[in-house]
Amino acid sequence: MTRKSLGKKVSFYFFASLIGFFNLIPFFWMVSTSLKARKALAVLPVQWIPEEPSFEAYQRLFQLFPFARAIWNSVFISVTTTVVVVASASLAAYVFAKIPFRGREALFTLFLMTMMIPGQVTMIPNFLVLRYLGLLNTYLGVLVPTIYNAFATFLLRQNMRVIPDAYLEAAIIDGASHFTIFSRIVVPLSKPILAALAVITFMGAWNDYLWPLIVLTDRAKMTLPVGLSLLNTQYGNQYNLLMAGGLISMVPILILYFLAQKHFEQGLNIGGIKG
Amino acid sequence: MGKKLTIFLFLLPSLVGLVLFSIIPIGTSLYLSLTEWDVIGGPPKFHGLKNYLQILKSEEMARILGNTLYFIVLYIPLILIVSILVAVLLNNSYKGIGIYRTIYYIPVLTSWVAAALLWKWLLNPRYGAINAILGWFGIQGPSWLQDKTWAMPGVVLSSIWKDMGYFSLIFLAGLQGIDKSYYEAAEIDGANAFAKFRYITLPLVTPTLFFVMVICIINSFQLFPQVMVMTEGGPGGATQVFVERIYNYAFRYYKMGYASSLSWILFVFIFVATIIQLRMQKRWVHYDS
Repeated sequence: MTRKSLGKKVSFYFFASLIGFFNLIPFFWMVSTSLKARKALAVLPVQWIPEEPSFEAYQRLFQLFPFARAIWNSVFISVTTTVVVVASASLAAYVFAKIPFRGREALFTLFLMTMMIPGQVTMIPNFLVLRYLGLLNTYLGVLVPTIYNAFATFLLRQNMRVIPDAYLEAAIIDGASHFTIFSRIVVPLSKPILAALAVITFMGAWNDYLWPLIVLTDRAKMTLPVGLSLLNTQYGNQYNLLMAGGLISMVPILILYFLAQKHFEQGLNIGGIKG
Repeated sequence: MGKKLTIFLFLLPSLVGLVLFSIIPIGTSLYLSLTEWDVIGGPPKFHGLKNYLQILKSEEMARILGNTLYFIVLYIPLILIVSILVAVLLNNSYKGIGIYRTIYYIPVLTSWVAAALLWKWLLNPRYGAINAILGWFGIQGPSWLQDKTWAMPGVVLSSIWKDMGYFSLIFLAGLQGIDKSYYEAAEIDGANAFAKFRYITLPLVTPTLFFVMVICIINSFQLFPQVMVMTEGGPGGATQVFVERIYNYAFRYYKMGYASSLSWILFVFIFVATIIQLRMQKRWVHYDS
């Protein structure tokens, strides 16, 4: 190895580790704090490693707040949201990509135009619609508005358009219905993009804060982010508790990431479009 | 099954959602923005553009705009520089690069609420890790979130940490799209690493840079969970921003009309900022090689 390339290699590892340090030190602090007893929080000099590790925070977390319930609520809402978004958007995308009809382009343009309106504008009327439908403080209330997702429809339509028409025409000649074509040909061919969409939708729903905060006010129905922010307002200075809660909320998404890393990275590039 | 019925059934879920949760709400919001309404005390009272005039004349509007610009001025250059550098770093094939990628990506996976709680504690002036680390270098750290000047930089710091991994992987995809032959040609001409970055990488990554900038500015106007959890707009309004105000007006003070007007003003700002960037891109974005 030449001196120059060795120098490059050393500087790579130096800078990569430095940035890695900046990324990880907060998590180290999070774990360390969650293992401290309450009295060890306000001690100087700062204890990087707790002198008397304790699981007090984790125990109290489940006593003070229906935390196990919050985990379940988050899982349920994220999974159902993902199913609803992927199903509804892929059905619509198939029509926009493959079944021409009069007014189709105008309707699609309307979809795209609604993407420009930020969620904060529709948030208040959506709250009123849910109130009118009696869906406030229900899982369904969080879920129902996700049935329309212009971004997901747009994304899937772009990908379904490249499926050769010849495949579909052959099936039509064989007498297949559109539903058969959709489920037997289009969905299998769109698997990578559907998986990527599912992953980013799940992650978005898991981490979403504002909408569940507005809809869910009953402690037993709260998702993890809403529950954590409630803990913050009630026990704002008990950081061992808050850090323990934060860590638990991260575990499921980390597991999913390690299982489906490939889809996360695909989802990342398309997720950028959504912002 | 007829073709028309098929089309109708396939589109049905989206159409119901489109009407119920997009078109009707957009119309309702426009109407509400022209009214005064506290939800409980009878129907909305129409009073024209009064909300808009009141907002635009208020000190609060100047404050939230100022705070948002303060965030943008600090956040945008930092996030762009840091994530391009990280992307350049990751655009190598050294051993263990996958581990670094994963490490950089973990903050992206964390929910904003958990991240904001973490940063609120990291930035604690007395017992927090950041000031402890600054102390190693003999620096007396500021009071961060409790100080009017330093609260927003604290929010920016947490946002850089949270978003860096995301945008650097987007830049990485941009870098990997650059044709290797440019670099080979430059090497033959004796270009050093800096020259290669300045004259090849940077121009060719401008489309990605443009895209990331548009997204980042939209996100900056919509700043919310970090502020809500870390500072609740304080101290003394120093981190009050659009969405935090909209949320509070609507769901804490029940001023639905006022909150709706503010949400449309937010929309106008985002729209104008995006249009300006689209217009300016011709001057600096290189679309073809």
